[in-house]
Amino acid sequence: MFADFDFKVILNALPYLFLDGMTFTLTLTALAAVGGVVLGTLIAMMRLSGIPGLPQVAKIYVNFMRSLPLVLVIFWFYFLVPYIGQWLTGAERPIQVGAFSSSLITFTLFEAAYFSEIMRAGIQSIPKGQAAAASALGLTYWQSMGNVILPQAFRNMLPVLLTQTIVLFQDTSLVYVLSITDFLGAASKVAQRDGRLVEMYLFAAVVYFTICFIASLLVRRLQRRVAIIR
Amino acid sequence: MTSSAMPPAAPAPNPASSLEVPPTGPVTAPLATPAATQAAPGTPMIAIDNVSKWYGDFQVLTNCTTATRKGEVVVVCGPSGSGKSTLIKCVNALEPFQKGQITVDGTQVANRKTNLPKLRSRVGMVFQHFELFPHLTITDNLSLAQRKVLGRGKDEAVAKGLALLERVGLKAHAHKFPGQLSGGQQQRVAIARALAMNPIVMLFDEPTSALDPEMVGEVLDVMVELAREGMTMMVVTHEMGFARKVANRVIFMDKGEIVEDAHKEDFFGSPRSERAQQFLSRILSH
Repeated sequence: MFADFDFKVILNALPYLFLDGMTFTLTLTALAAVGGVVLGTLIAMMRLSGIPGLPQVAKIYVNFMRSLPLVLVIFWFYFLVPYIGQWLTGAERPIQVGAFSSSLITFTLFEAAYFSEIMRAGIQSIPKGQAAAASALGLTYWQSMGNVILPQAFRNMLPVLLTQTIVLFQDTSLVYVLSITDFLGAASKVAQRDGRLVEMYLFAAVVYFTICFIASLLVRRLQRRVAIIR
Repeated sequence: MTSSAMPPAAPAPNPASSLEVPPTGPVTAPLATPAATQAAPGTPMIAIDNVSKWYGDFQVLTNCTTATRKGEVVVVCGPSGSGKSTLIKCVNALEPFQKGQITVDGTQVANRKTNLPKLRSRVGMVFQHFELFPHLTITDNLSLAQRKVLGRGKDEAVAKGLALLERVGLKAHAHKFPGQLSGGQQQRVAIARALAMNPIVMLFDEPTSALDPEMVGEVLDVMVELAREGMTMMVVTHEMGFARKVANRVIFMDKGEIVEDAHKEDFFGSPRSERAQQFLSRILSH
């Protein structure tokens, strides 16, 4: 199996793997993480709000997303969203959103469910007195959230948020089901074309492992630095 | 036996003039520069009228009625669980109440049309656990609400904050974070933070209960100074020494009711209710 292991195959494929594949993977990860954290924070705020109905809506959303396999959601969005768009806009043909937009929306919506649970824990970890003090000074709900509660919640939860982002980075490889050229997709395409499955899949595994391992180490170091002195 | 009504109509004297200690000298600027109020001296700044509050079936406040006039220092005391913290938190609507009315400087607290953030910005509050914002420096703690709520510019807010910080003796700590200060220092910063908003009245919710004994004094000193400058204050505390020194009136609460509402001399001299007598004998015996 390893007798004719050919490093040259990997070397030749490097520009394609990284410039096309990894760029896509990292872009998707970064955008989906930002979108997911923003949406997740709003969902967490809904879930913790006292406005009748909002917590239930948020809870249903989170539980729904967490009960579905990610691959299914990716498929579902890619194939159904065009028809929903058509139905909504009354267009003659299904609205093509494109593989990138479709996967970005999917990951944002899907990860928001997970990020919202992290942010909910983060907001709840801030003593009630902080919100009371902010209110007592005359800050409105949004001012209090933006200046007092969320900055502390983010700091407390940053390591967990980043760890979840590392999971997201790995999960983005699932877009191969849409034949998208992400990093794994690129490796897989080269593997098929050159008949070099061992080299390419091994190399892909090594790259994913290295990136995630280093990122985890950095998160752990960061964890020690951002802790708020109380 | 109980006296939940306001005490006799004798107008509250300026606390400074009722004591031998002269008002603030010319050397030091006053701690507080309250914003203009509608209330003339002697009229109620905080009027609590027949307030009742329930947590589910449990009644925490029962028909509480009292008033704090402009320039008056009112100490609220009573055993734990008597509802005194809850009552003071009702004044700036941090706690809702189901029955009755509270009016602060002519504004109804429970009225749905009341702009609560605006009202709260005029009512300073100091908490038992300080509640400084741990992720912000002392300077930012002092200037945040000034800028966001009062719309002051950064320079103005910082200058105001630093001036107050100097008055509470902590100017050297302006760049630090709350976690780097002692409890007493944090509480003094918290008082400065509340004063930076030019409040018309200050509420203190057990400001010294979470402090080490040796730090209680430094916080009380600031509060005494504030009282002598004529700040309207409502103070929930067990510090009877503070009450004796600067309070005009003492309210004694038990089981959610205002049992006694009397002038300081009457309260310490001859409390009318048995429960207040018991409380005082227990708290003053050592």
